[in-house]
Amino acid sequence: MITLKLNGESRTFPAVLSAADLIEQLGYTGKRIALERNGEIVPRSNYANVLLAEGDQLEVVVAVGGG
Amino acid sequence: MNDKLIIAGKSYDSRLLVGTGKYKDFTETKNAIETSGAEIITIAIRRSNIGQHPNEPSLLEILPPSKYTLLPNTAGCYTADDAVRTLRLARELLDGHSLVKLEVLGDPQSLYPNVIETIAAAKTLVAEGFQVMVYTSDDPIIAKQLEDIGCVAIMPLASLIGSGMGILNPWNLQLIMDRVSVPVIVDAGVGTASDAAIAMELGCAGVLMNTAIAGAQQPVLMAKAMKQAVEAGRSAYLAGRMPKKLYSASPSSPTAGIITSTRA
Repeated sequence: MITLKLNGESRTFPAVLSAADLIEQLGYTGKRIALERNGEIVPRSNYANVLLAEGDQLEVVVAVGGG
Repeated sequence: MNDKLIIAGKSYDSRLLVGTGKYKDFTETKNAIETSGAEIITIAIRRSNIGQHPNEPSLLEILPPSKYTLLPNTAGCYTADDAVRTLRLARELLDGHSLVKLEVLGDPQSLYPNVIETIAAAKTLVAEGFQVMVYTSDDPIIAKQLEDIGCVAIMPLASLIGSGMGILNPWNLQLIMDRVSVPVIVDAGVGTASDAAIAMELGCAGVLMNTAIAGAQQPVLMAKAMKQAVEAGRSAYLAGRMPKKLYSASPSSPTAGIITSTRA
C-alpha cells in the first residue's frame, strides 16, 4: 500500500498505481480535471505512464463558478 | 458598425465580461450569462470534492468552451506562486488554453490587489506563454508596468470586489487609459447599470462583473440591464458627448419667428 496526500488529505491506495489508475478509482475518467503531482502538472496524455509513489502530493482540480 | 473588442488578437462583439460565481444554481447561471450576451466568462479553479458525486454536472457542461471564451482566474490567491500554479492547472484543464485572468489579492477583508505579487506573477506567466488579463489597482504607473511586461489587458478596479460602490475614481481610470494601449477593462466594483454605462462613457474597452448580476434580486433581468448599459455607454463614448456648461443661452428651438405681443 502507498499513502498519498490527495487534495490535502492522506489516502491509502494499492502499491502499484499510475495516475490513470488513480483518476479511474476516483471516478474522474473522461471528466474535465487537471492533475498536479508534487507541484508539477501531469499532462492528461501522460497519465498512464506516471507511477505514483509513497508520499506524493497530488492536487485534482476542476472548474467552478467564479468572478 | 465595426466596433469590436480585440484582446490578444481575437475580436469580440460584446464588451461585457461576466463571472460565473454566486448564482443560486446552474440554471440561473446559464440564463443570466446567456442574457448578458457576454462572450468571455471567468471561472475559478478549485480542488475537486474527492469521493463526492463525481457524476454531478460540472460548470463546463452548462458553459462549454466551444461556446464561450473561458477566462480562468486566480481568485483567492495571495502569492505570485499560488497564482502561477493555479493557472498552469487551468491551462491543463482547458487543453492548452492560454488566455487567463491574473489576480493576486492583498488581504481577505478588502480583496485589494497586491500589485507587487501581481507583477511577479505576470512576468512568470508571460514568459510561459500565457496571455494575461490582469486585475490591478487603479494606479496608472503600475498599469503601465503591467502592459510593459506583456499583459494583454489591464483591468483596474472601479471599487473593491463585491462592494457595488461603482466608479470611485474616474480620473485614475482616465490616467490609465491615457498611458496604456492594450484594452482597459474595469473589473470589480460595478453595482448597477449606470456604473457600467459610466465606465464605458469614460472610454473603457469593457467591463467585467460578477456580483452586480449574481447579487441582484433578479439576476437575469440585471444581466439584460448590464448588456444594455454597456452598449449604451459605448455608443455614447463613440458619439462624443456635448460639452458641459453651467448654462448655455442656446435653446434647442429656433430663436427666430417667435410669436410675440411686442409691437414694433
